[in-house]
Amino acid sequence: MNERTNSGGRRRFLARAGLVGGAALAGGLPPVRALAKGEENLPPNVPEWMRTLGPGVTASPYGTPSPFEKAVVRRSVEWLTATEQSSINFTPLHALEGIITPSGLCFERHHGGVPEIDPEQHRLMIHGMVERPLLFTMDDILRFPSVSRIYFVECPANGGMEWKGAQMDGVQFTHGMVHCCEWTGVKLSTLLAEAGVSPSAKWILAEGADAAAMTRSIPLEKALDDCLVCYAQNGERIRPENGYPLRLIVPGWEGNVNIKWLRRIKLGDRPWHHREETSKYTDLMPDGKARQFTFLMEANSVITSPCPEKPMKHGKGFHEIRGIAWSGSGKIRRVDVSTDGGDNWRTAELQEPVLSKALTRFRLPWTWDGAPALLQARAIDESGYVQPTIEQLRKSRGLNSIYHKNSIHTWRVNADGTVNNVQII
Amino acid sequence: MSRSSRRRPLVAIAAALLSAALVAGDAFAQDRAPQRFGFGRAATAAEIKGWDIDVRADDGLGLPPGKGTVAAGEKLYQEQCASCHGEFGEGNGRWPELIGGEKTLRSEDPRKTVASFWPYAPGIFDYVRRTMPFAAPQSLSDDDTYSIVAYLLNINDLLPADATLDAAALKAIRMPNRDGFVQGDPRPDVPVGEPCMSKCRKEPPRITSDLAQRLGVTPDNRRQK
Ligand code: HEC
Repeated sequence: MNERTNSGGRRRFLARAGLVGGAALAGGLPPVRALAKGEENLPPNVPEWMRTLGPGVTASPYGTPSPFEKAVVRRSVEWLTATEQSSINFTPLHALEGIITPSGLCFERHHGGVPEIDPEQHRLMIHGMVERPLLFTMDDILRFPSVSRIYFVECPANGGMEWKGAQMDGVQFTHGMVHCCEWTGVKLSTLLAEAGVSPSAKWILAEGADAAAMTRSIPLEKALDDCLVCYAQNGERIRPENGYPLRLIVPGWEGNVNIKWLRRIKLGDRPWHHREETSKYTDLMPDGKARQFTFLMEANSVITSPCPEKPMKHGKGFHEIRGIAWSGSGKIRRVDVSTDGGDNWRTAELQEPVLSKALTRFRLPWTWDGAPALLQARAIDESGYVQPTIEQLRKSRGLNSIYHKNSIHTWRVNADGTVNNVQII
Repeated sequence: MSRSSRRRPLVAIAAALLSAALVAGDAFAQDRAPQRFGFGRAATAAEIKGWDIDVRADDGLGLPPGKGTVAAGEKLYQEQCASCHGEFGEGNGRWPELIGGEKTLRSEDPRKTVASFWPYAPGIFDYVRRTMPFAAPQSLSDDDTYSIVAYLLNINDLLPADATLDAAALKAIRMPNRDGFVQGDPRPDVPVGEPCMSKCRKEPPRITSDLAQRLGVTPDNRRQK
């Protein structure tokens, strides 16, 4: 009984479907479109990836980005340095959102390559002008009270290729020597208290366990203020390129003093005037004198959409201008955006949280009329510092400083939506 | 309910919480972070000696005993340094040059070298000992380091060819750019104050540099490598 009803029902249904089909063809509905290459998975077709099972859990025990994101990588500029061991690469800022830089995309700057350090055999020594010279294992360091903070780290040479003119046609290369991560570790002040700082100590020397045995002198005041000795980055152990297993974070100060692979801290009463604070990382002025110990990374900003890598292919109409701003002096208070080369400015919206010495994401709705435009962003930080123009920087520092070029950056949007790096007056 | 009667229980709860907190405070006093934790251990003199490689550049504090000569340094330099830095320190290809550059610091193309830029001679000892030769850092003995530094100073006309170099002699050398550095960060060195928001330009913007797209020096980062 039941069976009969059922089969009868099915027959009736199929017949009706057939009729409907015939009616559709007769009624002239659009025929199924020929499959163009690349459209096989578009509606009305069922996408290929819905018709098979995908790999199971742990197919990738440590996950990696989608293969379709292969172009989103750090890149170096080959002609810049003689060797990759002492070189730099750049964060792909154009491809990132929000304020956290994925660990694997953080720009790298090494002076003697990346050491492969066995954490069991890594030690941190604190000595010099202290009551008790100490030696810590990684386990010792991990026992101390920990703190996590989100900070940017920026190489002071960021933008350095642009002092004399617009040279690099991409935000990855004009601004990519910056990253922003959550850093976890122990306050340097805690470790220094453990060793007992001598009253006459005024500076520390931090040294890395790499082939460059990188050293920088840092005023004790800063060391005791907000420096961290970190073992974790974005929740996991620091990546080898970023200082595994232990690095110094010196918030808001030039990247080079954030000594990676930290193995030694010595206290003294004066700076050491080492190679990386005399021959390098000093700012040569037009009078032939060089500014030394210019640690602070002043406020900076850049528009990451649109940019040369992210042209406005969509043509005229709505475009959300997006970018990042940051300051070593504290929080970003405001970011203004101009689309007419700095004649008129509108204040952008800042994405919360706005954190001290961290990247801050800004956004501004814009309706592009399709005409060429000159886009600029201008950051103002909580100290009241206003990001300067390139002309203002040059007036005060000339062209040979290399370091600390934090001027307002200009993108030219062309009528076809392509974007180029230009400088304007 | 009157306002005051509603408030009273809250006050009572707050008082109870407060006393509970005080009691808990006593009970957990020993759980607070101590002034010193006592983690780690004393670094021994031998451990410190092995790692304490820094030389303070301005006064040479930390320079080790030992000495070297220009002649010995020339030989070592040719064997271990010249392949990158050139036979006479002129720098092969893009490897750093170690000579010359005097009187260029105010020019359009400053050349910063040991001779033209480095302020303190002991700093050369510190750097060479900690990180050169590039592919074999910390392989040079102190005597060999003195010799190589002597040779570097010699090719920069800062030490006679027959000289012997030790800690005292190195400290005594006055580098040409000794006074070339200014300490005390003068920034901000650009105008401060509320920035202009509208009709800020006296003249329309003029592009001063648009070479970037034509120079062809930017790597293509839109495609997979
Ligand atoms: C394989 C190539 C190579 C060899 C061999 C080499 N160096 Fe270097 N040297 C470099 C590189 C690369 C740098 C720059 C490193 C950096 O900036 O991180 C450098 C930098 C230097 C500097 C600093 C230059 C400056 O003005 O800041 C000195 C001094 C120096 N080397 C001396 C030596 C000596 C002495 C030797 C031999 C014992 C040596 N080098 C062997 C590659 C080399």
